[in-house]
Amino acid sequence: MSMIVSHFNYVAVVVLLMVGLFIVFSSGNLIKRMIGLAVFQTSTGLFYISLGKVSGGTAAIVVDAQSADGRALAAALNPEYVAQYGVDGVVYSNPLPHVLILTAIVVGVATLAVGLSIAVRVREAYGTIESEEIEALARVDAARAEPVS
Amino acid sequence: MMNLSLEAGFALNVALLLMLVCVGIAIAATRSLLAAILLMGIYSLVSTVWLVVMDAADVAFTEAVVGAGVSTIVLLGAMLLARGDTERHDWRRLVAPALLAAVVGGVLIYAALDLPNFGDPASPANSHVGRAYLEAAQHKTGALNVVTAVLGSYRGFDTLGETVVIFAAGIGVALMLGFGPRATLPAPPDVMGDHHVVLRVTAKLLMPLIALYAFYVQFHGDLGAGGGFQAGVILAVAVILHALVFGLRETVLAIPAKLARTLATLGVLIYAVIGLICIVNGGGFLDYDHLFASKVEAMIPPGLLGDPDGAHHWGQHFGIFFIELGVLLTVAATMVTIFYGFAGRMMDGGAAKR
Repeated sequence: MSMIVSHFNYVAVVVLLMVGLFIVFSSGNLIKRMIGLAVFQTSTGLFYISLGKVSGGTAAIVVDAQSADGRALAAALNPEYVAQYGVDGVVYSNPLPHVLILTAIVVGVATLAVGLSIAVRVREAYGTIESEEIEALARVDAARAEPVS
Repeated sequence: MMNLSLEAGFALNVALLLMLVCVGIAIAATRSLLAAILLMGIYSLVSTVWLVVMDAADVAFTEAVVGAGVSTIVLLGAMLLARGDTERHDWRRLVAPALLAAVVGGVLIYAALDLPNFGDPASPANSHVGRAYLEAAQHKTGALNVVTAVLGSYRGFDTLGETVVIFAAGIGVALMLGFGPRATLPAPPDVMGDHHVVLRVTAKLLMPLIALYAFYVQFHGDLGAGGGFQAGVILAVAVILHALVFGLRETVLAIPAKLARTLATLGVLIYAVIGLICIVNGGGFLDYDHLFASKVEAMIPPGLLGDPDGAHHWGQHFGIFFIELGVLLTVAATMVTIFYGFAGRMMDGGAAKR
């Protein structure tokens, strides 16, 4: 039971990743595939953030331990815990995963836009964004391009 | 998580993750693209709340503006242009992907059981490197927000790479979809019926506030949650709101596509030039301690910005300030360029061919 509680986040993230993977592979629609890819990507982000969480921690913005906020934060926790894991008397969550995922989200939307614009151009060239129909049309095009012997 | 007990925080965490899983499954199950896109927006909003519970304030900020704002608009634009509103479905084709997902998921869950407990302060990730940055960042860079300190200073080279990726993506979209040829067409006669008056007045009132907020987020980034990435997207949202309410034609008059492209380039240039100045003054690339020549550094009175401990903070302060400015320009201008690309595209590339 304690295993379920302590590892719940990881399992939930893996389920989200499975959902994303399933959408990417099962859907023939190019836009739906991009949505699946976005879900897949978010799940990676959630995993990183889950790893960086410190229980009882606060956001990694430096707080003076003597200020009202700092005292309120420390009061909610065991003093020994704060002394062992805090930095200058305040416990913070790990900021490094936050930095990685912050930029990954913005890069993610930019690459999503590139993928979608490719889908738009595919629609203009083939008249459809269903990958099976595109493949059939591409095969017809390739057959036409072959010189008739 | 200022005033939440540990148990309440964990319960919130579980509830939000379960909601995310439900929304994810709904996205997979729905056959309507419109529904999937709107569910994606909900997914982003729920994960924003979850990120706040996880103390990732900066990430939550980004997810709120990017995930729920820009990416939904881009997806809707692509759906309209591709006119693919429903996908076709054949249940026999779902078996293999489901098996694949199950196998991958099973392997990952098996591996995840070896991970340290959730929230463990003594886990390898949280106890060595992460802690070292928390202890050193404020002292070495003068930024209270450790995320900004790491993003702008310690990991500045990587952030430059990411800014360039965003810039390149903007160029890619512009090359494929154009710079909004539809905006040059004469306006259709009844595009703004009088029933949109309330919308127009509200939007006009909101836009300056959104822009002001973007600058607050930008310049407050080293003291609180925020920074160039978030501020850039917020600024772009103000432009996009204008285009959605008043029509793309009017927006392009105010902010021409050419201006957006120039600003995006300028942002990357500012960032790279800051790095080069550091080399010229005897440091490494993006080593802000050497941003100012030592003569200039000596002329700055100590305690000018209320931070008297150490002259090396000056380069760090201004280095982070300028690279965040570069990030702001590139992100905002790229998002606007991407929006112009999708919103200004003629159906079936009509204008491009004629």
